[in-house]
Amino acid sequence: MTNPAIDIQDLDVWFGAGRGRSDAVRQASFAVEQGESFGIVGESGSGKSTILRAIAGLVPTWSGNMTVAGEALGPQRSKAFFRKVQMVFQDPYASLHPRQTVDRVLSEAMGLHGLKDIDSRIPRLMEDVGLGPSFRFRFPHQLSGGQRQRVAIARALACSPQILLLDEPTSALDVSVQAEILNLLTDLRRDHGLTYIMVSHDLGVVGHLCERIAVMKQGRIVEVLDVEMMRHLEASDPYTRQLLDSSIQSSRSA
Amino acid sequence: MITANLRDWLLSDAPTSRRQARFASWYKGWLTLRSNTLAMVGLIVLALIILAAIFAPVLATHDPYAQDLGQRLLGAGQGGHLLGTDSLGRDIYSRLLYGARISIYIVLLVAMVAPLVGLIVGTVSGYAGGWADVVLMRITDIFLAFPRLILALAFVAALGAGIENAVLAISLTAWPPYARIARAETLTIRNSDYIHAIRLQGAGPFRIVTRHIWPLCISSLVIRVTLDMAGIILTAAALGFLGLGAQPPSPEWGAMISEGRKYILDYWWVATFPGLAIFAISLAFNLLGDGLRDMLDPKEDNA
Repeated sequence: MTNPAIDIQDLDVWFGAGRGRSDAVRQASFAVEQGESFGIVGESGSGKSTILRAIAGLVPTWSGNMTVAGEALGPQRSKAFFRKVQMVFQDPYASLHPRQTVDRVLSEAMGLHGLKDIDSRIPRLMEDVGLGPSFRFRFPHQLSGGQRQRVAIARALACSPQILLLDEPTSALDVSVQAEILNLLTDLRRDHGLTYIMVSHDLGVVGHLCERIAVMKQGRIVEVLDVEMMRHLEASDPYTRQLLDSSIQSSRSA
Repeated sequence: MITANLRDWLLSDAPTSRRQARFASWYKGWLTLRSNTLAMVGLIVLALIILAAIFAPVLATHDPYAQDLGQRLLGAGQGGHLLGTDSLGRDIYSRLLYGARISIYIVLLVAMVAPLVGLIVGTVSGYAGGWADVVLMRITDIFLAFPRLILALAFVAALGAGIENAVLAISLTAWPPYARIARAETLTIRNSDYIHAIRLQGAGPFRIVTRHIWPLCISSLVIRVTLDMAGIILTAAALGFLGLGAQPPSPEWGAMISEGRKYILDYWWVATFPGLAIFAISLAFNLLGDGLRDMLDPKEDNA
């Protein structure tokens, strides 16, 4: 085994202090290999998004050891870290600045990473995420939810990162658009050799995109299993079995 | 034909250049503003006042400073004086035109200083949080706690009477509300995903505040400024009225009312016409501010 792309050991994340302290993540440990796609599932409030935010440096209150792309993470993230790791947020309606055109969003991201010939890179990047050149100078309110999410993915890819953190990238979209975005993410991973950590509450989505999944409950990772095992319903933990059962029932009734 | 093409170009749903996107969003804002009749009335009145100030030397019938005691306190229309003369025989109409320059000068200076100070203090305070927030907001509270006119009076008394000091005094008392608004806006914006996203691109706090937070705060500040303009003009007029703003013989509207006050029972027009001028410019700013609120409201989806 080579060095994993992401290695998380004994991660605790909490909010507040003293009596008001609430522990969002407790003793989470997992590792993700280079080029792997790793899913984290769990119900709302189980702490799955919090893990991503802690990795990205958006939550300052954590303890434990995190090594990402060979870099041990401290309280501050370096500029080099942001060139290697990027994040796609859950709600594309909230993750784009309302007063900035697609062009402005992408060129600023590239400029911040010190890239040259931005003008010729932007059309290529937009093509990568399936947006035609006519979208370049539009404002977010002139785009649909799926198109916005494509812009958000393009922004995350602007600096050619190795690792993408996906925080429920499809949950705010309707079903037909969900499939488009998932296929896009699959293609991008294949073409660019990306490593994914994807958070979702939807086992179907995670099963489509990921090879291994961690199941979280109340801030703890209760089980890490392969997608094949999940398909054959070979979960060892009772909570995971319960989750799988309810997922099958809801897909049958749908 | 050309105008129709220009219109299509501006309203296109798929702009093809940065310039087109920018012009298009301005044009859409203009269309919203134009559909608001009252705001357009305000805009037209303001435009007229500004034009009158610019072309005062052309439009004035007399020298605003020339005294003629033989012609004092003439009624409107008498002796070739359109709006009559004041107690020193100066033509009121000409003085009003020149006075518009002073009012606009005061308004512009205050409008450039106070919102800018408020914007910087408010956004820094809101984005930095912690100690910086506590210190900056307590300073803001202190300024906010003083009655505005009294504080302005104290400043003018300390610095000496005059327009520049009046502007400084008004600015010093006018910035705290802007800081409050900017801070409140910043607090709602700072935890949104698009700010997180740009942080993840490695942007520093300076860039985030100036490039990403300011553009979203400015619209609510612009609205507040236009609504406050009336108050600023009135404060300037009040300082002039109390003899602490513009000094005689400068034709500042507040000072003109103050002079006319002595004769108000027998010669009503001396104080009334400058009063009407203050009323007109204040109302125009208020109407325009209301229209701008509809146009710039960030919750509306017109970018």
